[in-house]
Amino acid sequence: MNIVVCLKQVPKKDSILRIAADGKWIDDRDLSYEMSEADAYALEEALRQKEKHGGEVIVICMGPERVRQSIKEALAKGADRAIHLYDEAFDHASDAAGIGRALAAALKDEKFDLVFTGLQSDDYGFAQVGLVIAERLGLSSATIAMEVQPEEGGVRVKRELESGWFQWVKIPLPALLTIQSGINQLRYATLKGIMAAKKKELREVKAADLGLTADDLKPAQVIERAYLPLKSKQTEMIEGKPAEAAAKLVEKLRFDARVL
Amino acid sequence: MTRTVETKEVLKGGSFLLEDHDAQEVFTPEDISDEHRMIAQTAREFTEKEILPRDEEIEAKNFDLSVELLRKAGELGLLSIDIPEKYGGMGLDLLSSLVASEQLSGQASFSGTLGAHTTIGTLPIVYFGTEEQKKKYLPRLATAELVGAYALTESGSGSDALGAKTKAVLTDDGKYYILNGQKMWITNGGFADLFTVFAKVDGEKFTAFIVERDFPGVSVAPEEHKMGLQGSSTCAVNLEDARVPVENVLGEIGKGHKIAFNILNIGRLKLGVSSNIGCKRLTSIATEYAKERHQFGVPIASFGLIKHKLAEMAILAYVGECMIYRTVGMIETTLDTVDRDIPEQALKAIEDYAIECSIIKVVASESLAYCADEAVQVFGGNGYSKDYPVERAYRDARISRIYEGTNEINRLIISGQMLRKATKGDLPVFQAAKKLMDELLSPSLSDDAGEGVFAAERAAIGNAKKAGVAVLGMAAQKYREKVQEQQEVLAAASDIIMEIFGMESAILRTEKLISTRGEADCSMQIEATRVFTNDALQRVEQHARRAIATMTEGDELRTMMSVLKRYMRFMPVDTISARRRIADSLIEAGRYNL
Repeated sequence: MNIVVCLKQVPKKDSILRIAADGKWIDDRDLSYEMSEADAYALEEALRQKEKHGGEVIVICMGPERVRQSIKEALAKGADRAIHLYDEAFDHASDAAGIGRALAAALKDEKFDLVFTGLQSDDYGFAQVGLVIAERLGLSSATIAMEVQPEEGGVRVKRELESGWFQWVKIPLPALLTIQSGINQLRYATLKGIMAAKKKELREVKAADLGLTADDLKPAQVIERAYLPLKSKQTEMIEGKPAEAAAKLVEKLRFDARVL
Repeated sequence: MTRTVETKEVLKGGSFLLEDHDAQEVFTPEDISDEHRMIAQTAREFTEKEILPRDEEIEAKNFDLSVELLRKAGELGLLSIDIPEKYGGMGLDLLSSLVASEQLSGQASFSGTLGAHTTIGTLPIVYFGTEEQKKKYLPRLATAELVGAYALTESGSGSDALGAKTKAVLTDDGKYYILNGQKMWITNGGFADLFTVFAKVDGEKFTAFIVERDFPGVSVAPEEHKMGLQGSSTCAVNLEDARVPVENVLGEIGKGHKIAFNILNIGRLKLGVSSNIGCKRLTSIATEYAKERHQFGVPIASFGLIKHKLAEMAILAYVGECMIYRTVGMIETTLDTVDRDIPEQALKAIEDYAIECSIIKVVASESLAYCADEAVQVFGGNGYSKDYPVERAYRDARISRIYEGTNEINRLIISGQMLRKATKGDLPVFQAAKKLMDELLSPSLSDDAGEGVFAAERAAIGNAKKAGVAVLGMAAQKYREKVQEQQEVLAAASDIIMEIFGMESAILRTEKLISTRGEADCSMQIEATRVFTNDALQRVEQHARRAIATMTEGDELRTMMSVLKRYMRFMPVDTISARRRIADSLIEAGRYNL
């Protein structure tokens, strides 16, 4: 069972985010980065499947030099080899279509049974890249995967639906699954793993190697403005008898403010 | 083995007092490799997920848990960084060991437990064990199947370690040493399986022994009642006709001091590392609280006097970190020139930096004391309550100034080692002092202001170094072989040396940072360096005045004071505004962010 895991590196959760001078995205100065949370669970799931069924885990990641840190972390945790899409041309791929197209092109000649992505990234949160890859490579796919059970002729997947409902689906291989956060317990990179990672293959791929030009990667969607949520204060007086008012308050806290 | 730094010029321990080091050569936290970063991350995640959630149990002296946590850390390889691969360890470099200690120190008691095991509990065997001893014990120390401890101190001999009364006598058949005595304040004593015990063979030859807990005649007294570190085990260990096989003699008979003192250099460095990260944590805790706590209708973080404290805490942590990484870089560079797998060579390389290790121990533990004290102050009345974390931090911090050599002993080591190196011809301190005296007689002092962001500071530090050299030179000349009796003068010289090392380390790191990020992106680091340097220079002057005033009198004193005044001429910077800006940046971030 060979599994590809698509990783993305995103600003750390506790970063102080400032809007960039052009007002279109966040200022990336002084930021530190980490593996996007859902991708970390996707990697963990792949490593667990490998431990059960054998095979190879290949990680693929696109981005500047700094993303190597996340790639190495994946190798340290037990991935076997890595592909790094490292080229300024990839900077153009800033929407789900462009990112998906680039990753699909890089995976075209790889032999795999499954591709995992995180359900969505912690920065853009498109939740589409996985599906674009599946579409371009002609893979079957399932989203919001909670459990993955490879079996004869395919894979059984438990999907999360709304309101505490789940669904089991069976799809043929090769398949792409988008993995939900929190479905397993993340492992630590052991010091042995960290040292072993230095000897693992980390292949750099340029856009030209994939036959892609800047034009091919041009985004179909552009962010026009990024801004912090505007704070506003509203006061609402709840009238009525104390018991009724309390019940109304609870309802409002639960459904409007969503703090309960 | 991970290499920290590329081939670089070896800078001798203590040489910073006499030479200017290059910013591009200095090792900084920004220079660590991806592997070191990952080791730190594993250690941090382990602390956050395994240790901190069990804080209360640890503090309630659940030592089964402490041992269980040690074993879990062992599974990840965190206990075997310093143990060679041949004996089941990772065989990594000193920096790996330090970044791990840094991140494993989040719970002070457990940090003590783990530190005692991996450093003083394990390193004596790593560095001084025979092949058989290493094979027998190290693989099990790497996993914490055996927990290590170090038994040097006695009720009558603490700082005066060689004054130990514990006695070892060879049995008639030559197979055992019979040990008698009592060792005090043994960290991990309650559950350790293995003790490095120091005793005098025939009451004379100071020697180390590997003593297993189960050896006949070994018993452990009940837990001590301590001020802090409630969750670490500290007991006396009694040796009553304890039978130790001769093959458990560690190192050579009569050469126990080599073990005792060499291991302490590494211990001091590591203690500095954990103290310094404690400063960072306390800065974050105090900042967060100051933002939340309102008085007079506004957060107390908006008050200048609170800002002063927050900024000062962050500055001390920043400067401490600069000193630590600079030192590790120098040690690693030297270790690269020797065979790390030959213990004598590795230890000798580390020993050359005894001055820096002592400086780091003293400075970081005193910075931690400041931070813990001011954190309590920021918390106000709440800070005095056990319901808030700083009350415990204040008590936990106190021991750092006492163990691994008291700060008094370390102060004597700093200038004492400088003088020893000078006498041996390893460092040209006396030549520098002589040159200085000649220079003093010349009519004008050269005021060569350099270039760059820290031109003024660099010039001032150059002069501060001269003041340091002058004090040391005068002390050596006046007291000669009796200089050791002049503890106050030696301590003043050490204080000057420490300030110099701090100022210069901060400048070097910040300059290196400017060269990669540009001035605009490290304005807080620049401010922190400026403020520290400004204040440190004033402290240097005070220490120098005190020392010179006791060594000279009359005209000589008058002359020296006017020279000192010329050396210490430095335009003050606006530290009030600078500290406010640093504090504002901390407050915006809600945590330490330098």
